[in-house]
Amino acid sequence: MKLLTHNFLSSRFLKDVSTGYPLKLSIEEKRILDSALDVNFLKNVMVKIDYEVLYNVAESIGESELLPPPDAPVTVDTLNDEQLNKLHRVLVCLDVIVGTLECPESGRVFPIRDGIPNLLVNEDEIA
Amino acid sequence: MSNQRPEHTGPPELYYNETESSKYASNSHIVKIQTDMAERAIELLALPEDKVGYLLDLGCGSGISGDVITAHGHVWVGLDVSLPMLQINKEDDEDPTKDLILRDMGSGMPFRAGTFDGAISISAIQWLCHANSSDQNPRKRLHRFFQSLYACMGRGTRAVFQFYPENEQQSDLIMSQAMRAGFNGGLVVDFPTSTKAKKVYLVLMTGGVQQLPKALTEESEAAERGQVQNIGRRVFQTGKKGKERIVKGSKAWIDAKRERAQKQGRDVREESKYSGRKRKTKW
Repeated sequence: MKLLTHNFLSSRFLKDVSTGYPLKLSIEEKRILDSALDVNFLKNVMVKIDYEVLYNVAESIGESELLPPPDAPVTVDTLNDEQLNKLHRVLVCLDVIVGTLECPESGRVFPIRDGIPNLLVNEDEIA
Repeated sequence: MSNQRPEHTGPPELYYNETESSKYASNSHIVKIQTDMAERAIELLALPEDKVGYLLDLGCGSGISGDVITAHGHVWVGLDVSLPMLQINKEDDEDPTKDLILRDMGSGMPFRAGTFDGAISISAIQWLCHANSSDQNPRKRLHRFFQSLYACMGRGTRAVFQFYPENEQQSDLIMSQAMRAGFNGGLVVDFPTSTKAKKVYLVLMTGGVQQLPKALTEESEAAERGQVQNIGRRVFQTGKKGKERIVKGSKAWIDAKRERAQKQGRDVREESKYSGRKRKTKW
């Protein structure tokens, strides 16, 4: 699972959970994939991304250096090549292989195995 | 292969086990059809030309439709309820930008509001019309699915579902639940007169007034699809169009008159080969 996806995931579907965002991510195993930088895609997706969440996750795994700090709004046009590459690396190349996602409100844990998060729930857990 | 629909045999997560998944992924016939349908679904999404979209693939399976999205240069997230299918998908490393989630569509979309620029789903939604355990209610699951999908789609985006409706009630059920969730749109049926080539796409739109795309038919061949037809657009229609007036005294006029009289129950001569014939000038 990528941090890009993590940035959009929410556990709001659970019963009695109002925002369910951001999910707490803990990583046991990760790998870096090889992929070409696509500035157009970054431009499109950075508008929607919650940058503070992304920065905090990146910081927790020691990948935050070079990334612009989250206190000011980030636009792709103002970033230099190094920062763009770093952003691309954190969002798209980094793949979480083993780990967990935890709902910040209910504490429900979703395991990540083989790079695939398991978000299956029982019918009685959903609102 | 049996003629039974796979959704009648049990829940998808059990039907698509290791053997069935690998069969599915390696069957060139299935791959060909799925690829074609995914191409058409992306065409129906009508994404802006220059945009690199962030798309959702619902029921992505082994990634046949996802490969098409990648080929179009978009980035996608795939959801499926079958882990073996996803594992086959994950093993294929050709596209490093994709991401996969194990999730049952019927329990709602796990995303924040306004995440995606579009969603496609190839031959998956009909699975939601069946209850596979006592606590599953298809109507409720469809409603939950569409409602949460509507939330996680950006404004003015589309979701295209290709599916095989079993009967009219089934497509009505899917349609009505989608409309109730706030989508507008409808069914686009490609090649409606052909039994083999017929494909049903449910095109759903969020917000804004958009025109439903036209269905493909046998007559409109590929050559026509690239161009816009302007003939007829500039001709103004004046007066009554359609039926031409029947000339009084003609064969058609006599026939119509006779029919009218017969309908009224009047006594009229029956039609014969001589009706409306001109008498010879000399006899």
